[in-house]
Order: sequence, then C-alpha cells, then structure tokens
Amino acid sequence: MSTSILRKLLLTAAFVVTAVTAASAQDQGLENPRSTLFHQELKDKKVVFLPLSMGFDLTEGWAAVMRKQAARLGYSFEIRDPAWSTDAGTRALSSLITEKPDVIVLHNPDIQSYARLIKQAQSAGIKIVQINLESNSTSDSYVGADWTEIGIQAAEAVAEKCDTGKGISTKIAIDTGVPTAASDVFQLDGIYKVLKQHPAIQVVSQQATEYNAEKARSIMDTVLQQHTDLCGAIGIWDNQDTGTASAIQQAGKGNQVFLVTSGGGNKVGCENVEKGLFNLYISYNVPLQGDILNAEIARLLQIKTAAGEVKTMYFTPLTQITKANVNQRNCWTLDDLK
Amino acid sequence: MSQGGISTGSSRFFLAAQRSLRSQEGIVLILAAAAFTVFSFLLPSFLSAGNLIALVRSVSILGILALGMALVVIARGIDVSMIATMVVSVAWAFVLARTGYSFNAALLIGCLFALTAGLGIGLLIAYGEVAPIFATLAAGSVIYGLGRTFFFQLEMQNVPPGNEWFAEIGRASFLGLPITIVAFAILCLLLHGVLTRTRFGWQLYAMGSNPAAARTTGAPMRPMIIAQYMISAVVAYLAGLILASSASAINARLFNSTMIYDILLVVVLGGIGLNGGNGRVRNVILGTVFVGILLNGMTILNIDYTVQNLVKGLVLLLAIIADSVVNPRDEQTSQQGDL
Repeated sequence: MSTSILRKLLLTAAFVVTAVTAASAQDQGLENPRSTLFHQELKDKKVVFLPLSMGFDLTEGWAAVMRKQAARLGYSFEIRDPAWSTDAGTRALSSLITEKPDVIVLHNPDIQSYARLIKQAQSAGIKIVQINLESNSTSDSYVGADWTEIGIQAAEAVAEKCDTGKGISTKIAIDTGVPTAASDVFQLDGIYKVLKQHPAIQVVSQQATEYNAEKARSIMDTVLQQHTDLCGAIGIWDNQDTGTASAIQQAGKGNQVFLVTSGGGNKVGCENVEKGLFNLYISYNVPLQGDILNAEIARLLQIKTAAGEVKTMYFTPLTQITKANVNQRNCWTLDDLK
Repeated sequence: MSQGGISTGSSRFFLAAQRSLRSQEGIVLILAAAAFTVFSFLLPSFLSAGNLIALVRSVSILGILALGMALVVIARGIDVSMIATMVVSVAWAFVLARTGYSFNAALLIGCLFALTAGLGIGLLIAYGEVAPIFATLAAGSVIYGLGRTFFFQLEMQNVPPGNEWFAEIGRASFLGLPITIVAFAILCLLLHGVLTRTRFGWQLYAMGSNPAAARTTGAPMRPMIIAQYMISAVVAYLAGLILASSASAINARLFNSTMIYDILLVVVLGGIGLNGGNGRVRNVILGTVFVGILLNGMTILNIDYTVQNLVKGLVLLLAIIADSVVNPRDEQTSQQGDL
C-alpha cells in the first residue's frame, strides 16, 4: 500500500518536474527549423548585379534595396558597372561566367547583345534574374515593367485627348530612346497596336533622343516649328523628357500638347508632374521592383533546380501618376531607400 | 569660254567658284548652301524665322564647344577631354549648391575645378611632353572617374531648387534671339578678337604652323600651351552652364555620347585643318551652321536614327577626304600625335 502511494507520489513529482522544465523551455520559444535553414541557405552566397550603368535613379534605387537585403541575410552583393558600354558589359558577363556567382541580376542594354551569354551562364549553373529590360533569351526570372503595356497605356491616354474632334489636331510625336532597347521595341509595338484602332491619329515625328534631354529638347523645338498644332507627345523615359517638356513650355504650348512619359517614380519625375511639365507619368515603381527582385533572389538561392530549368516572369504593376496623385506612396528619393 | 561670248562677270564667277572648290571651306560652303536651298523648297516651314532660330539654337552649344576646340587645334593641339570637364564641373557645382554652399560660391568652385583640370592637362602636355590626343584622352577618363567616384552619385543633376533665375537664362531671349545663340555670338566675337588682334592669337598661329620656328623666335611655348587648355576648359564650363540652364539639368552621361566627335566634326567640316596653323572663327560658324542644317532638315524629314548617324558619318568622312586632298600630308605637315 505504502509503496504504491510512494510510487504515485514519485511519479507525480517526476511529472511535475518534467512539466515545469518543459514549460520553462516553452518560455524561451521553440527553434524554427525553417528559419534556421532559410538563413543557412542564404548565408555566404554570392549575388552580382550587372546594370546598364550605375549613376541614375533606376539602377541606384534597385541596388540600394538589394544591398539592404544582402546585409540582412548575410550574402555578398557586388556591382559590376559597365558605364553604358555594351562591350564592357559583355566582358563583365563573360568573366562572371568563370567566376560563378550564385545569381546574376542582369539589366540588358538591348534585346540581343547578352542573349548568347545568358544561355552560357545558365548552362554553367548560374541563375539569372533580368531586371526591367528584357533580352530575347529568357532566363530563370524576369522582374520588370511590361513595356508593351506602358505603350498601350500611353497611346490610349494620348488617343483620348487627340482623336478626331477631341484636340486641336490629331497630330502626335513620339520621342524614343535607343532603337534597339527592349523599352523602345516593345513600347512602340504597344503604341502602334492602339494607334491602329485610331486611324485618324497621325504620327508626325518619331525620333531617337539617345536618352539625352538636350537632344529631346531640340527635336521637340523643331517639331513644334513644323507642326504648330501638335496635340500630343509620347516620351519613352522621364529623364530625357524633361527636355521634351521644356521645349513645349518654351513654345508656350503647355496647355495644348499633352505629354505622356514613363519612369521609375523618382521624386524628380513627380516634381515635373506637379509643375505641369508631364501631363501623365506612368511609373513602374522602383522600390516595389526592388522588393520583388529581392524575393526572387532569395527564391533562386534556395531552390535546388538547375539554372534555366524553370523560367518565370513577373511584370510589375504600373501606376498612372497625374497631378491628382503625386504623393509619398508613389514617389521616392534615393535616401528613402538606403 | 573660248568663244569669248561670255561676259567678264560670269568668268569672274567661275574663277571664284574654282578657287573655292580648291579649299575645303569652299566645298562645305557650297554643300551648306545646297542643303539649305533644297530644304527650303522641300520643307514648307524650313525657312520660317522660328525654325531658323530653332536650327541655330540646337547647335549653339556645339558651336561654343567648337570655339574652344578650334583655339587648341589652331595651335596644333586637340582637347578631347572637353565633355568630361564640362559635365563634371557643372554637376559638381550643382551638388555643392544642394549641400549648403550658396549657388554663387558653388558656381565659382565649379569654375575653379575646370581651370585646375585645364592647368593639369596643360602641364602634362607642356612639361610632360605627352602628345595632346593621349594626354586629353586619358585626362577625360580621369576627370569623369573623379567626378563619378567622389563628387556625385547620380549622373543626372537638376538645377538646384530656388535658383529660378538660372533656368530663366536658358529660356530668356535678347532682341528675339535665345540667350544660347547670343552667348555663341559673343564668344565668336571674343575669339575673333583674340585670334586677329592680340599677340597671343598671332603666336597661336605661329605655334600651329611651325612650332620649332615659333620657339626660336621667342614665343613662350609652355605657358602658351597651358593657357590654351585652361581656356578650352573654361569654355567647356561655360557651355555646360548654358546647356544646364536650357535643359534645366546636366547629364554626366554626355561624356559617353558621341558629342566630342560632333565637336570635331564641326571643326574639321568648317575647314580648320587638324595639323594646325590655320582656321578662323568663320570656319567654326560655317561648320556649326552646316551641321545644324543637316540635323534640322533630317529631323523635319523624320529620318530614322540609324540613317541620320550614317549621313553624319559619311559627311565627316567626305570632309576628311577633302581635307587631305586640299592639304596633303607631307614631311612638313605630319606631326606627332597625327593619327
């Protein structure tokens, strides 16, 4: 009898001790094996960013966002800056293939130049994310604007203002950047798809500005001399279209010519919307693109499939910025991202 | 002509035409006149005052830079670092103005930077005896690299806020002419005065046509070389300020563009031989206006970008061929750094 009571007591005591110990362990939480694995898998990996060039809002913005995540998760993040030279970029990409980083974030100068090297890099086992400017050769991931959609939105906005009976005339001008870049090729396709449905609209000028604001200014200056009744203009990039806008303002036609442009949503672009230089600004939101890019980098560093085996793409959302919605959420400065 | 029925007036005309065909300047003048006539007939608003002003304005900055280049080329040099000096000094001034310096102080610092760059290049060529093309090619990369690494992060620098008067300069006009054109005209007059009325100007020609003789006759060669590159640097800085005020921003990316070749195109087309010793301000004006007519006409005709580059390239090639036919290379004219 007494032994059985003693045994019960002992058992209870043991149970209590175990429970208390367990409870105190619960107080300090449980290790999440998935988090440990996540950090382990990303640590000491190598990511390299090969932009068109550093030194302008888009690439500096993406780099700031990517650098922040790299520091948080402990993988290395490097930038190879070819400073607008396709040759230097090609050399950098070739030498990266021998260096074998885990992921390359690639910004294509045009749709053709890096196409073969992308295939080579992937067969060497390097995963590639293309950012904002596509190549003809698809890779593990593409994150960026859908240029065709930008073209469609821009052309629809202009058609709304300049189709028969709507504006001073049906004449519009198009300022392109460099004729071989994805932003030009696909955007023009989008523009002309819409314009086909509005046969009355005539494109009186389509000129390349090489992304140079002063050249854009003098082209618009000349076009306005020839076509004083110009109704609308589509520019391919906000950085160059400050020039287009200043030619329109100087000719005193700010209220006549409806100017649409697109860009990364930098504060400078937004200021130009506020000042009435850009009537519509289609933004592809660089901070958002940077976040999505980060998610893609983390995903590619974790998955075990071979490079180039699974190809995905994500066309990032577009925001139409007008005077009505220039705000903190839509516009950013580089210091905000650092 | 042998029939004798042709008046002396027209024979004089043929003589003049023959003479002008023998000089490159004449050939370009005829080409420019031809292009001007063709465009005037083909394009309805080409001849309007507004378009002619737009035409000259679009190449005025190029013209200003070409004036600086011409001064160096006349003395047998070349300065391919002008664009680097231009974008870095102006962009740096804008960055400084945003970080608390007063705008005027920032502009002064920018100017001092340009002068220092010119001084450095001048020293390198005058005392280091490096060929001008290599010295300025390297210096251009150094200046641009310095700028991108230490002075500014973003290539595109807007005019600092609160200086509306500065942007106003680019928009303002004087007697109906945009300030850009007025500035080009004033600099033309100034350089013309220097080249024709001053000892410095005469010595530039002497250095260009025969450096050895110039040295023997006592021209201060080394200080002269330094002065030339300092002047071209300041001209580049001025051109940058005018560019920035007219486009409300300066883009350091211009360093990577073909602008420096466009400047050389203007100089060579106008008929200033790259082997030095000849050329006047009117050559720069001629070259500038011809390039302006071409660009303006092609823009109005809405000619494709690639074709425009092709035309520009062909014209430069023709000008160089004409230059070497008119001024053939020989022992006397060939020079160090003459590529």
